[in-house]
Amino acid sequence: MIRFDGVSKVYPGGAVAVDNLGLTIPTGQITVLVGPSGCGKTTSLRMINRMVKPTSGTITVDGQDIARIRASKLRRGMGYVLQDAGLFPHRTVLDNIGTVPRLLGWKRARIQERARELLERVGLEDDLADRYPNQLSGGQRQRVGVARALAADPPVLLMDEPFSAVDPVVRDQLQSDLLALQADLSKTIVLVTHDIDEALRLGDQVAVLRRGGHLAQVGSPAELLAHPADDFVADFLGRDRGYRSLAFAGMPRLTLHAERTVTLGEPLPAGGPPWVLVLDAGRPQGWVRTEEVHRPGRRVLVDDLERGGNVARLDSTPREVLDAALSSPAGRGVIIDDQGEFVGTVVASELLALLELERGQR
Amino acid sequence: MIERIWAWLIASSSWVGPDGIGARLGEHVLFSVVVVAAAIVVGVPLGLWIGHLGRGRWLIAAANAARAVPTLGLLFALALWVGPHIPGRWAFVVPSLVALLLLAIPPVLAGTYAGVEAIDPAVRDAARAMGMSPLRVIRQVELPNAMPLVLSGVRSAMLQVVATATIAAYVGLGGLGRFLVDGLASGNYPMTAGGAILVAALALVIDAVLALAQRLLVPAGLREGGRERIASGRHTGNPATAGDPTVSPAR
Ligand SMILES: Nc1ncnc2c1ncn2[C@@H]1O[C@H](COP(=O)(O)OP(=O)(O)OP(=O)(O)O)[C@@H](O)[C@H]1O
Ligand SMILES: [Mg+2]
Repeated sequence: MIRFDGVSKVYPGGAVAVDNLGLTIPTGQITVLVGPSGCGKTTSLRMINRMVKPTSGTITVDGQDIARIRASKLRRGMGYVLQDAGLFPHRTVLDNIGTVPRLLGWKRARIQERARELLERVGLEDDLADRYPNQLSGGQRQRVGVARALAADPPVLLMDEPFSAVDPVVRDQLQSDLLALQADLSKTIVLVTHDIDEALRLGDQVAVLRRGGHLAQVGSPAELLAHPADDFVADFLGRDRGYRSLAFAGMPRLTLHAERTVTLGEPLPAGGPPWVLVLDAGRPQGWVRTEEVHRPGRRVLVDDLERGGNVARLDSTPREVLDAALSSPAGRGVIIDDQGEFVGTVVASELLALLELERGQR
Repeated sequence: MIERIWAWLIASSSWVGPDGIGARLGEHVLFSVVVVAAAIVVGVPLGLWIGHLGRGRWLIAAANAARAVPTLGLLFALALWVGPHIPGRWAFVVPSLVALLLLAIPPVLAGTYAGVEAIDPAVRDAARAMGMSPLRVIRQVELPNAMPLVLSGVRSAMLQVVATATIAAYVGLGGLGRFLVDGLASGNYPMTAGGAILVAALALVIDAVLALAQRLLVPAGLREGGRERIASGRHTGNPATAGDPTVSPAR
């Protein structure tokens, strides 16, 4: 557990970056610090590993005042991931990952082995090991940055806008990989971002800061969405707060509908409904419009598919299920099981009715 | 004319003896290497330290300003002023070496400082945040990354010293400059021209040697064109990043 107790930081020149911050960061969870630019997120984060010295107040890690721990020792026990990775340009990927183990005096062979293991862990090919950072893509560099931070298996991971320098597709991938990694490792992660979506997606706990270094609100994503403390927080969460909160709501018991389906490569039987779902080995591929495709003896081809409908899983959140329904050309959301096989469809209006009902009962 | 210069250059009599080309060449190289080595010993640590702290920048500015002082004037001033206080042969050598050293330090110092200054702040920040001590940051991160500019500084110092050591022959330093001085004094034109050619050739050879050293000492990740060379030579079919649209040259 990391605790901020009345922590303030005033930079020389008088800028108040953090003002009397009190915050508890639980062990083994992801805490996200989010807020507009210049509100003191980075400053707060960097006070944890003493890269910035608080003007007043104390920070403790598992009850120990960090001001009493030698800076280098403290830092070697906390992985740090920067916005643009900050990899050492003169060292190979493998040597970059091995930085902290080398500082800790591990044997060469053990460092190598550990670095290779981490390379795989963060989803990078083994043959990147001997490359230099300038031979990597932004997404790959960021993965190496995460691997480097994890190298000595520190209990704490500090991440400052780790995914903001990559494009949305890569960012999405990196975020889900981080969640998968965290499910295995259960680190105490403090992550800074100015992207509220990222905060709500990654955080077990989200701390919203406002300019001048004040803590506006702290709580789980669902709490923030349901009960924003004030206008600032409500504004920051954005206009579609209600829709977003569906990502954290409990899923009502839905009735799944059966659907007329056709296997890819087979002809479409006559007399079906306007939209038919195409499966391949049980997995949904997309919808076809009967009137366009149906002709005697004609087989359903990949080119006939109307794509673009998102699918949801049996254990998805109401937001994902609703999105599947709304994005489906047929107006019915496709639901799959753990194997990716089609199990049924849902209709948006029914889901909304159930959500209404639950709300009324609360 | 050219034949006479050539004849002087290849005559074995010009090469042997204490005044021969061999001995003078040896002196010239020795003085230059000693002076530049001393400049490295002074300039590199100082440049690293100033770059690391980000304080004391005035020293860099001062060193750069000092480059405007005419070396020739400095050389004669030192020879006249300091020389008489030093006994024997060293009376001529020491002032010249000091003047050459003062000439060699600024490029090395400025190069080193510029090298450290040019490092991405995120890189140093990461080094500190990983728990490296200041000395480790300097040795393991700042020096290797500053290496290309450090070596450029050394190369330009070396060229200047080799060239200026020629002039120092006037105040009694040996080296190839003697052929110019003596050649002019005795009206021996082939010797004068031959000496000049030797100085130019020496400068080229030393620079080539340093260029080679630069190739060996600069870490591979920092070499220009490294990315293209290696990236096009190998292709990775990494499924995790195959669709990664950010594969593009470093910023
Ligand atoms: N080294 C410094 N010296 C003086 N002022 C600083 C320094 N670092 C930050 N500040 C100021 O402190 C305030 C908070 O900065 P900080 O970097 O913590 O913000 P941030 O929330 O991380 O912003 P961003 O989202 O833009 O990264 C800002 O007003 C900034 O100008
Ligand atoms: Mg910041």
